[in-house]
Amino acid sequence: MSAAKSKGGATDVSLLWAMRSGDESAMVKLYDRYSSIVYAVALRVLGDTGAAEDVLQEVFMQLWRNPGVFDSSRGNLGAWLGVISRNRAIDSLRRRRPETDVADVVISVEPDMAGEAERARAMEKVRGALGSMPAAQRSALEMAYFEGLTHTEIADKTGEPLGTIKTRIRSGLQALRKAF
Amino acid sequence: MSPHEQFVDDLALLALGALQGDERVALEKHLEGCAACRRELAQLHGDMALLALSTAGPTPPRRARERLLKAVAQEPRIGTAARRSWWALVPWFAAAAFVFLAAFFWRQSERLAQRVAALQTESLEQRAQLERAREVVLTLTSTDALRVTLVAAQTPPQPQGKVIYVRDRSSLIFLASNMPALPAQKAYELWLIPTTGAPIPAGVFRPDAHGSATVIEPRLPPRVEAKTFAITVEPEQGSSAPTTPIVMMGAGV
Repeated sequence: MSAAKSKGGATDVSLLWAMRSGDESAMVKLYDRYSSIVYAVALRVLGDTGAAEDVLQEVFMQLWRNPGVFDSSRGNLGAWLGVISRNRAIDSLRRRRPETDVADVVISVEPDMAGEAERARAMEKVRGALGSMPAAQRSALEMAYFEGLTHTEIADKTGEPLGTIKTRIRSGLQALRKAF
Repeated sequence: MSPHEQFVDDLALLALGALQGDERVALEKHLEGCAACRRELAQLHGDMALLALSTAGPTPPRRARERLLKAVAQEPRIGTAARRSWWALVPWFAAAAFVFLAAFFWRQSERLAQRVAALQTESLEQRAQLERAREVVLTLTSTDALRVTLVAAQTPPQPQGKVIYVRDRSSLIFLASNMPALPAQKAYELWLIPTTGAPIPAGVFRPDAHGSATVIEPRLPPRVEAKTFAITVEPEQGSSAPTTPIVMMGAGV
């Protein structure tokens, strides 16, 4: 796992440790570092600033109450928070009870998300990859990701066969990965 | 090892939370035993995180930050972990302290034991010395002792006295033999004649039936320089100064 560290800042791990001892300033630093990812994803999914703020609040409060839920074996904190935020938002959107046990999610991702510069670079790459994807592929991916539709629902919506949808989603994700 | 082909699509869906029902159960079961597929799942989660990045743009409103900070302040962790960790250390410190104290006291007791042993040895030696000294005294003062004065052949025995005096210890031993018997209520008195000053009483004695007598360690002023010694006849309780002429005198001193 790359040591996520923004220029002149403490590592994510050290901030989490500080939070364990009740250090509120460590919480604030992590919030400032990652709140935009969490918020942006939630907003994209929910399309509502109030709801997105609620997700933002929930995600960080959960981290504050239990900093131990994330340890370094889970990948990098920024990516993890992004996934948690998306899942929470989807659950809220679909009025589902939380399906994934947060503690079980393990992420393996290349770019270091803590630093502003790295994040901006990664953002560029992702947007580029999405842009060069076939429209159907991108749309299937986005429906699954930002709308939380199951492949069955996407198939129904697009009128495409189930197998095609599955493949599109899988190759879409692969294409993203290749961009890095 | 690459992930199983038949599961690859489902893995992507699982990562998206879009896999349901039997397919999901089957895949989760498979994952329990397949590291390669688990790795692929982690990668897919990562890909999803990248998708999250694509949304970046709007920063959360200021009010959201304040709301969070307020909530955090209302739920202070009060460094429970920190306190716990400090308190958790207390038994370790106590244990360490006990170990040190135990080691310290053990060493002390070792030293004490050695000291006691040394004292015991010393005491035994002293007791032996004391025994020897007592033996000497008993022999010198014993009424059962056989006292023999040796003289050159054909010479009748004469009254004889021998003083052994150690000035530094104010220690005196006197042995007499062949002393003439005395009338009742009379005794011989030994005098230390100092180099300067009056004669000093050095013990009162009456000879036994054989004419022998001993004086052992009389009380003497400290470290008196003795010129000689003398004997006079005094009342049986002794005198502080000679009241009769000297009957025996130290010779050749």
